[in-house]
Amino acid sequence: MRINGATTVLELEPRVSLLDALRDELGLTGTKKGCDQGACGACTVLVDGERINSCLALAVQYSGREITTVEGVDHPLQAAFVANDGLQCGYCTPGQICSAIGMLAEHAAGAPSAVTEHLCEPDPELTDAEIRERMSGNLCRCGAYNGIVDSVREVAVAEQLR
Amino acid sequence: MRPFGYVSAPDVATAVRVVSTEPNAKFLGGGTNLVDLMREGVERPDTLVDVTGLPLTAIEELPGGGVRIGALVRNARLAADPLIRSRYPVLSRALLSGASAQLRNVATVGGNLVQRTRCPYFYDHASACNKREPGAGCDAIGGVNRNHAVLGASEHCIATHPSDMAVALAALDAVVELESVRGTRRVPLLDLHRLPGETPHVETVLTADELITAVELPHLPVAAASHYRKVRDRASYAFALVSVAAALHVREGVVTDVRLALGGVAAKPWRAHQAERVLLGAEATEEVFLRAADAELAAATGLPDNTFKIELARRTIVATLQELLTDGSAA
Ligand SMILES: Cc1cc2nc3c(=O)[nH]c(=O)nc-3n(C[C@H](O)[C@H](O)[C@H](O)COP(=O)(O)OP(=O)(O)OC[C@H]3O[C@@H](n4cnc5c(N)ncnc54)[C@H](O)[C@@H]3O)c2cc1C
Ligand code: SF4
Ligand code: FES
Ligand code: FES
Repeated sequence: MRINGATTVLELEPRVSLLDALRDELGLTGTKKGCDQGACGACTVLVDGERINSCLALAVQYSGREITTVEGVDHPLQAAFVANDGLQCGYCTPGQICSAIGMLAEHAAGAPSAVTEHLCEPDPELTDAEIRERMSGNLCRCGAYNGIVDSVREVAVAEQLR
Repeated sequence: MRPFGYVSAPDVATAVRVVSTEPNAKFLGGGTNLVDLMREGVERPDTLVDVTGLPLTAIEELPGGGVRIGALVRNARLAADPLIRSRYPVLSRALLSGASAQLRNVATVGGNLVQRTRCPYFYDHASACNKREPGAGCDAIGGVNRNHAVLGASEHCIATHPSDMAVALAALDAVVELESVRGTRRVPLLDLHRLPGETPHVETVLTADELITAVELPHLPVAAASHYRKVRDRASYAFALVSVAAALHVREGVVTDVRLALGGVAAKPWRAHQAERVLLGAEATEEVFLRAADAELAAATGLPDNTFKIELARRTIVATLQELLTDGSAA
């Protein structure tokens, strides 16, 4: 498997999820298990730059793909979450960070969301409503949503200025 | 999860051959439904045939103006496709309203169509469920049935089909292409899913060894003015209580073309033929929209927890048609 830029050889039963492979086999415990049912986003990782829930992914399906976990992330979002109180307990944070990275890439590629008013608009503005909808796959039991939205907005604006 | 074998299929012929010869084998798409159900012990295949490597990932314009969508196209990519966004906005909207961005990046068109119900009793081995265990009974009927069906249900099962995408496809007269060792066949989407009747465990007309290879959308000008409205307990990342897929064309105040389908109300995406009959050729007014909704819902029956869905569906039908009328796209 390709994880955080390195190649790792693993022998796994087909039933092992990508999440369990990361945490239990490789000790990469940054990626969290919230629900193990696709319903919370705590287990979000990037695969070839796209965000997915690693709990519903069988590891065997992802051999050879470029997987990035929070341990392999070095991104302005991390500092922004700290500066904007984008977390309290921090359990959801690795998933939030990976998800936000994937989300910014989707938005940069022109992908619409459920709240995009004009579907054919090539470059929908990243309003707070857009950020909330696009990040809705990541729940936060501490309710740090306002700080999360502030962090994502700050980084999105900075990226647009670059 | 019980142990099982895993095969990654290099081509369609291998995929359908392995599933037809290995006992108790199943296709694996993105796994977002099947892996969950296997972990819960509801699905217990002995072999998974991974189809995500198959070359069924194209979205192609057809000569007559329709579109062919490969069964392995991921939900996120289909929703963002320029052709779908401009010609079939209802399909983009339905997809974008479903699940989360993470799940849509993985979920495939084929897997989305045959995903299974979210009835909580279906997941819970301590409950009686005819779908999980034929003949066991149905605990939802006397239990908590807020999310259950008001149309086409039976005394054996009142579950709903959870897909949003399928509701849009039902409105768009989509056709599904199936492949097996016996050859290829094409089934209208409206005939793909079955109502529960006495056999709620038989959910589609697919045989166990049939692979969905593509979905085709016909050339359908009315779909350019189409919308999907989904009503649910929270604004995002939740299944529909009721949803409406609608396409409407109005000329000089009269409905000249219309497509209407409902989600969250039945074991299959529910095409509202009765309502369409009332609407076609009638004046495009709120009164007519209400009459159309009532015609469709005349056959609806509720249980203590879900009777509200009938009124909710009525209002959602009217609101969706009104929206298409007033935003100018239907004219
Ligand atoms: C938390 C959560 C929330 C969700 N919310 C929504 C929602 O709001 N709206 C919505 O519509 N959906 C929702 N979903 C469901 C999601 O859309 C489905 O899980 C997904 O579409 C299934 O696609 P898949 O490729 O992952 O299928 P899999 O899980 O791989 O497969 C599902 C089934 O399809 C079969 N199959 C797969 N591919 C084929 C094929 N080509 N031919 C024949 N059979 C095939 C498999 O054998 C299996 O039985 C949600 C899911 C989760 C976990
Ligand atoms: S409604 Fe259907 S799926 Fe739910 S418990 Fe009854 S039989 Fe099972
Ligand atoms: S642990 Fe994967 S979505 Fe909750
Ligand atoms: S910071 Fe505690 S769950 Fe989000």
